[in-house]
Amino acid sequence: MTTLLNVDNVSKTFAMGGLLSRKTTAAVQNASFSLAAETPEIFTIIGESGSGKTTLARMILGLETPTTGSITFRGKPVGGATKVERMAFMAAVQPVFQNPFEAFNPLKQIDRYLESTARTFLGLKDRTAVERAMDEALQTVGLSLAEVKGRYPHEMSGGQLQRAAIARALIPNPPLLIADEPVSMVDASLRMSIVNLLKALRDDFGVSVIYITHDLATAYYISNRLIIMQRGRIVEMGDARTVLENPEHPYSRLLKASVLSTEDAGDGKLATNPDMVALATRLATAPGGQLVSRPDGRLVRVYEPV
Amino acid sequence: MAQDNKRRDILTVEGLKAYYQMSYFGVDREVRAVDDITMTVRRNEIYGIAGESSSGKTSFIKVLAAALRPPFRVVAGSVKYDFSSGPVDVADATDAQIEAIRWRHLSYIMQGSMSVLNPVRRIGRTFEDFAARPLGLRGKAFEERVVSHLEKLKLPADVLRAYPHELSGGMRQRVTIGLATVCRPEFIIADEPTTALDVVVQKEVLSLIRDVQQEMGSSVVFVTHDMSVHANMADRVGIIYAGRLVEEGPTRQMFFAPKHPYTAHLVASLPRIGDTTQRPALEGRPPSLAAPPSGCRFHPRCPLAIDKCKTDVPPLQTVAPDHRTACWRWQDVQPLVSPHAAHGVMA
Repeated sequence: MTTLLNVDNVSKTFAMGGLLSRKTTAAVQNASFSLAAETPEIFTIIGESGSGKTTLARMILGLETPTTGSITFRGKPVGGATKVERMAFMAAVQPVFQNPFEAFNPLKQIDRYLESTARTFLGLKDRTAVERAMDEALQTVGLSLAEVKGRYPHEMSGGQLQRAAIARALIPNPPLLIADEPVSMVDASLRMSIVNLLKALRDDFGVSVIYITHDLATAYYISNRLIIMQRGRIVEMGDARTVLENPEHPYSRLLKASVLSTEDAGDGKLATNPDMVALATRLATAPGGQLVSRPDGRLVRVYEPV
Repeated sequence: MAQDNKRRDILTVEGLKAYYQMSYFGVDREVRAVDDITMTVRRNEIYGIAGESSSGKTSFIKVLAAALRPPFRVVAGSVKYDFSSGPVDVADATDAQIEAIRWRHLSYIMQGSMSVLNPVRRIGRTFEDFAARPLGLRGKAFEERVVSHLEKLKLPADVLRAYPHELSGGMRQRVTIGLATVCRPEFIIADEPTTALDVVVQKEVLSLIRDVQQEMGSSVVFVTHDMSVHANMADRVGIIYAGRLVEEGPTRQMFFAPKHPYTAHLVASLPRIGDTTQRPALEGRPPSLAAPPSGCRFHPRCPLAIDKCKTDVPPLQTVAPDHRTACWRWQDVQPLVSPHAAHGVMA
């Protein structure tokens, strides 16, 4: 079994303030996980804002360097040392960002993004070959070049635009896609089309996806494995079904309890148990603790008794 | 009976049409953002409005909030409020009339808490800007009123001296709720107040809005595209599609016995923990409001569409107590989720 991506004991700290009043924030603390190359999977990172999930994604993309620890992609450090290596890495690991309206320049036609990606990463020169590559990627996401050609971002709906963003990412045939909250800015009615698309990419095209979200319901729906992060620390990790059906860590349990369910629609149940919130908040700042494996294969952070 | 209804309803919208009318170089362009909406909101209820982006829901609440700016105009119909200070039709009220009801009677919780609060003014100053005049209080008396109100929202008095960037997203959203409710309005419009928030905070903010609503006995129009929020907040839900109200009914019935294919789809597309069956996604895109489809506006995306749907506009008809739908084939709409199945899965 070869590993596609290996995240080994990675931490990232940010310094804030001036020379005299410097404070450091640990955005990610000792994160470790790996993805296998043979079995494409959707690996989900769940957490609230400030949990470090986006920082982790940026480190995997090579946009931030880890303070300690290392991230390797196919055995080589992410980002690449030389320009050639960097281009090869960028072709293999592609991002999809949160807000498609911000990801695209409003004054630039969408097909120009697709075109420059095809020219840069596939090295295509011939116009018909470029257009074929663009059309193939767009067909994968349920669009076509004829629909997209010459259109500006404001002429498309949010769902279409996000699919076009995914199509752009697919042009270099990457084995790994990093999707940072790809559905949080998309309407609920269109959300499923994006989520189903990610699922189809894994099942039909063998693309591994790192899916970053705070939405537990879609995470349960599509992911194979997941990690739950709280203030930079992984608190629970394991098979998505096992963890979400019966979360063990208090923070995971709080997240699950906060999901608005529809099966008692109209009853107006909104109260969250305050003890749960208090316990989860206390553990956020509790010292250290370590990940312990459980018989069902999950890892849970346990703390020293205080 | 008619008298009873009058007392029961705080807002009556009748045949409201509001269009964006533009004229460039002699070419007239018209976007029918709100096209013939008739509905009422009762006293002391939460009325949920759902719809996709570009369905006209934001335009509709702009009319309700009396925040129209040209080129957006009310073309026909009325929007009548029955406030304790007297009835007002905001569709043709004077600026002075609207000034008299704004914040005191009619208030608005906006979406982006960061763009509502002035980043270079302390929260306390923002409170003065918003509320000092409608409340008619100044200095010490005003501050006491604000602090006691903030206590109800579980916010410390310190936030008045803070700048917006010093507060977390949830705190800021609570501050905007505080701003909207400090004058104890009778009618509150909430436009996607929790869309940008995390799950845990979202639930806190939602229950806060409901507690405040129940304590003051106000009516709330709650707008969001997230049906799971409506499931837990609203007493009644109305669905807007392409500028029209397509279905309206009590929350429970909208979820378990929808009578419009669009509603049935919206409810069925919600993923659940404990259920991994393939969820359908609605194909196609929301129609353009400048050139909406003929007949029923949902027909190009509708699985049940027949020839009649392409030519004739279905009326909004009452199909059960309190439950209205605009669909020619409402009898054939099957709920895609049943309460029993949902419970079974979660058990």
